[in-house]
Amino acid sequence: MHPERRKRALLLIVILIIVGAAAGLVMYALRQNINLFYSPTQIQSGEAPINVTIRAGGMVEKNSVVRESEGLKIRFSITDYASRVTVIYNGILPDLFREEQGIVARGKLTESGEFLAEEVLAKHDENYMPPEVSDALKSAKSNDQRNKLEGK
Amino acid sequence: MIPELAHFSLILAMCFAVLGFLVPVIGVYQRDRVLARLSLPLTYLTGVFTFLAFLGLCYSFSVDDFSVLYIAENSSQLLPLWFKISAVWGGHEGSLLLWVLILSGWNCYVAFRSHALYEDFRGILLSVLSLISSGFLSFLLFTSSPFVRLLPNSPQIGGDLNPLLQDFGLIIHPPMLYMGYVGFSVPFAFAIAALITGKMDAQWARWVRPWVNFAWAFLTLGIALGSWWAYYELGWGGWWFWDPVENASFMPWLAGTALLHSLAVSEKRGLFKSWTLLLAIFTFALSFLGTFLVRSGVLTSVHSFASDPTRGTYVLTMLLIIVGGGLLLFAMRASSIRNTSYFDIFGKESWLLLNNILLITLTLIVFVGTLSPLVLEAMGSGRVSVGPPYFNLVFNPVACLLIFFMGIGPISRWQSTKPKYLLRVTWFPFILALFIATACFQFLLFEWLAFFAFTIALWVLIMAIRDLLGKAVTKDTTVFTRMRKLPKSRYGMHIAHIGVVISLIGVVLVSINSEERFVRLHVGESASVKNYQFTLSDMAVSREANFVSQKAEFNVTNNDVALGVMYPEKRYYQTRGQVMTEAALSTGFTRDLYIALGERYDDDSWSVKIYVKSFVRWIWLGALVMMFGGILAALDKRYKPRGEIE
Repeated sequence: MHPERRKRALLLIVILIIVGAAAGLVMYALRQNINLFYSPTQIQSGEAPINVTIRAGGMVEKNSVVRESEGLKIRFSITDYASRVTVIYNGILPDLFREEQGIVARGKLTESGEFLAEEVLAKHDENYMPPEVSDALKSAKSNDQRNKLEGK
Repeated sequence: MIPELAHFSLILAMCFAVLGFLVPVIGVYQRDRVLARLSLPLTYLTGVFTFLAFLGLCYSFSVDDFSVLYIAENSSQLLPLWFKISAVWGGHEGSLLLWVLILSGWNCYVAFRSHALYEDFRGILLSVLSLISSGFLSFLLFTSSPFVRLLPNSPQIGGDLNPLLQDFGLIIHPPMLYMGYVGFSVPFAFAIAALITGKMDAQWARWVRPWVNFAWAFLTLGIALGSWWAYYELGWGGWWFWDPVENASFMPWLAGTALLHSLAVSEKRGLFKSWTLLLAIFTFALSFLGTFLVRSGVLTSVHSFASDPTRGTYVLTMLLIIVGGGLLLFAMRASSIRNTSYFDIFGKESWLLLNNILLITLTLIVFVGTLSPLVLEAMGSGRVSVGPPYFNLVFNPVACLLIFFMGIGPISRWQSTKPKYLLRVTWFPFILALFIATACFQFLLFEWLAFFAFTIALWVLIMAIRDLLGKAVTKDTTVFTRMRKLPKSRYGMHIAHIGVVISLIGVVLVSINSEERFVRLHVGESASVKNYQFTLSDMAVSREANFVSQKAEFNVTNNDVALGVMYPEKRYYQTRGQVMTEAALSTGFTRDLYIALGERYDDDSWSVKIYVKSFVRWIWLGALVMMFGGILAALDKRYKPRGEIE
């Protein structure tokens, strides 16, 4: 082979190896670390997997926040106004966490159907509703209406 | 009256920008030198009128003119004056105006420094810059004018600036970040001008390099300031969250770093020319994409502003027209740009090629992680998010590999450098670094990647110092005369690399040697984290101009040696009804102590977050050093335009 061409071929192989390795790593890591979102209705109906990191979101139900007398453990329930899920969190809630506000939590669903949160997110902006939560509310509402119609 | 004048001035600025785009193009094609030269005054006029509009908005903010919707939403008469001014860029409309102002500023400066360029080249360059200006000016005027009035029922009090933004970091973070983002429009324009005129030689690279360096330096500073602000103001205690908005600024930085390095090859060896042009286009495209991601709110981010989809569409259209046009031009004209020498596989150019491949890989990793939720959602997989574990798993090893090659690249020579020579020079520093790292890790938690990163950081540091000394120490003259004679660009390069090393050491130590605890404390109780004891000695309420503060007092001791008192706060801002955590920080060269209040329980105890962070300052210190290196390299005398006195 022409030395110039051989150089190019070598170069191309090196580039392909690096990019290929990176692409493989990316696919692998993505598969491991994509967290799907589930609404309370989906969790109640058993759609969400148990003991896998997922995200759940909804409105924090009024008067549902219970703090223990010792330690930092907090329980509250989130709802899409059709179903509710109890969330347990051991940590410090964000400043914008309030009752009747949309939040998203990342964590795992236990076998008893409670959601063990590793992280609770509320947004910077008090007018801001997480899009996941507003979707969940909308779909719960339309289901509800459909059920009513079918009931008639 | 003032807001109307400012609005009018902005409209004039847009007209001049549109003219500034059209007139030089016509001038160049009709070979009319007078028309082509008009690009200069038109650029200046756009700048002046944008500046007047900006001044008008600043003035209206300072006199609390709440009949202007944007001011009513983002300011209040209770704010101190400097926050009223920084509130100008506290919301979408105003920060876009700041963006346009900085863009016009850069354009004027390019025009001012352009006398050494060929007439045609300059005409096209300024025309492309004016096109970008007119795009953003029209975006501002048509979708997000900050001058819309709220009449006749204008409020008496303003809605107040988001308390998170009432902070010094936020006064300077957006301008610096925008200087970086916008700065990359200059190399883009240079690339377009090179493609159209077919002129791309070493001289071209020497013209572009300082601009890239400056844009890169500002972007570095902007990102570092953002990270610093998130660290102390958001109360999360972390310095990087792989949040989409952070990633949006990080992608152009990575691509810009690649551009910085490939330009060196284009200048010194006349190689990688079309690649450099493509990188210039992509870096600008990524800056643009960053704006789109932040402004449109398509991605869920903790930084999300309540957003408006029409704005997203507008930016996306602009992105497609300007960048798509650039890429089309590239496809048509790139074959006319030829490399002027041959590639040598054992030369510095190979190492720089490797640098570029790795940097682009890193950009793609961040790109995939940031945008895959969008793609997956469009494909109907529901809403997903990609968290930090993805980035830590993929990004970190590749970044370490990149820094590893930083130990070899700078000391290899252009064209042929024997592998034997490289091995001879690098083995001893590597063993030395390994030795020091092993010694240090006797006191640290062992982790392979951290150990490797720490070792190569030390290695790169030793190599950089060795190279500078090796170049300076010769027989014939004294060290100082030699050191003065070494080009600034060489110092700049090594200093920027040392900056990376400093940041890397900070990152490694923060991640393996920090401790954080969440505790619940009554007044009088204490908690210990690492060797530090934190005692909650008092809680007090105080009333400030626009908020009420609940202040805690912590006595801190280190193994019974008193270190002082820290005051973390919980603030309640009445106007917005918003609660804010003000963390208390005790900063130090080797560690930061960090206390953030959580919430009050019924029995009057408080939840408290306490962190001891090792070497966290080093991360931002490193960024500052990188910035300094970038600027120093840009000041090298070989980049001075011809005709200027040295």
